[in-house]
Amino acid sequence: MSHPSPLTKTEIVDRYFLEHRAKLLDIAALLDRIDRASGDDKIDFRIEALLECAKELHSEEVGRTERMLLLLSDKTTEPIEEAGMKGATGAVPPQS
Amino acid sequence: MTYIDPHIHMVSRTTDDYQRMAQAGCVAITEPAFWAGFDRSSPQGFYDYFKQLTDTEPKRAAQYGINHHCWLCINPKEAEDVGFAREVMSLIPEFMSCSNVLGIGEIGLNKNSKNELTILEEQLVLAETHNQLVLVHTPHLEDKLKGTLLIMDAIANTSITPDRVLIDHVEEHTVNAVLDRGFWAGMTLYPDSKCTPQRAADIIESVGSERLWINSAGDWGPSDPLAVPKCQVEMASRGHTSDLIQKISYDNPLEFLSQSGKFKVS
Repeated sequence: MSHPSPLTKTEIVDRYFLEHRAKLLDIAALLDRIDRASGDDKIDFRIEALLECAKELHSEEVGRTERMLLLLSDKTTEPIEEAGMKGATGAVPPQS
Repeated sequence: MTYIDPHIHMVSRTTDDYQRMAQAGCVAITEPAFWAGFDRSSPQGFYDYFKQLTDTEPKRAAQYGINHHCWLCINPKEAEDVGFAREVMSLIPEFMSCSNVLGIGEIGLNKNSKNELTILEEQLVLAETHNQLVLVHTPHLEDKLKGTLLIMDAIANTSITPDRVLIDHVEEHTVNAVLDRGFWAGMTLYPDSKCTPQRAADIIESVGSERLWINSAGDWGPSDPLAVPKCQVEMASRGHTSDLIQKISYDNPLEFLSQSGKFKVS
């Protein structure tokens, strides 16, 4: 059984808008920072994935978070031969 | 409001954190065995760690009126060396009778490798043989979806019933798969990865509150030992009832953990 938010749509916007406006500006600032920096002009796979996810912001269907997470997920199903590293990158590296 | 933090690594936290948690209403915690941020050089290092979890840490928590419990295992980040992992696993039965040991955890996968899966399967047998509850770590970020599915399939190959397994670190893309297969699910409240308190409240609004809990997984990395009360406040400020908040942050962990016969809140 779900527990719908007691808040109305307007109340949710009133409460969270400024915080998320700032988060969106942070993403724009990150992209600008990368463009201004020296180094390889080839777009990093993580940024590519981020921009692909951003398209979900234009969706009108509930489930944007889940769909973004799926875009960022390894879809293979078999265990890999060896764990070469301990950490994760946050997006699927090109060789996967 | 009173709460239980069912996943927090207090060996990596200060005594001040215990004090703040107690002031915020924490009455009990459970601490899974995990990767300390470096690979231990010998099984003896794990023996000492298990002593810390079963002897030292409960005393430190008790000073603030918090009941400390733990889970034992070799974590998936140190499971790639199968021989080493097996040596560590051989130490675990000696500690199972300790009064604060609730089960085997946090076992699972990290990079979804064949060796990690082998050790996961062997630790599931250990839990099965000793009739222990299981706390599962699911992989980080891009590896989570695949790892969660592999882990659930591995558990399905044992006689362990899903109601005795908590699969932790679920997010929007894994929570339904975990709950649909009858497992308990944990949402970890982290600042940068996993769930924020806001997203955890969103998930509760979407999927409900059955077999679901929240935890801070506070450790040596970016994390917040007060994440559970912060999520309580988030839910309260949205207008959710105190019954619902209590179910997520107290009743549900109490129900799952009480299956061990050792979990105490007072």
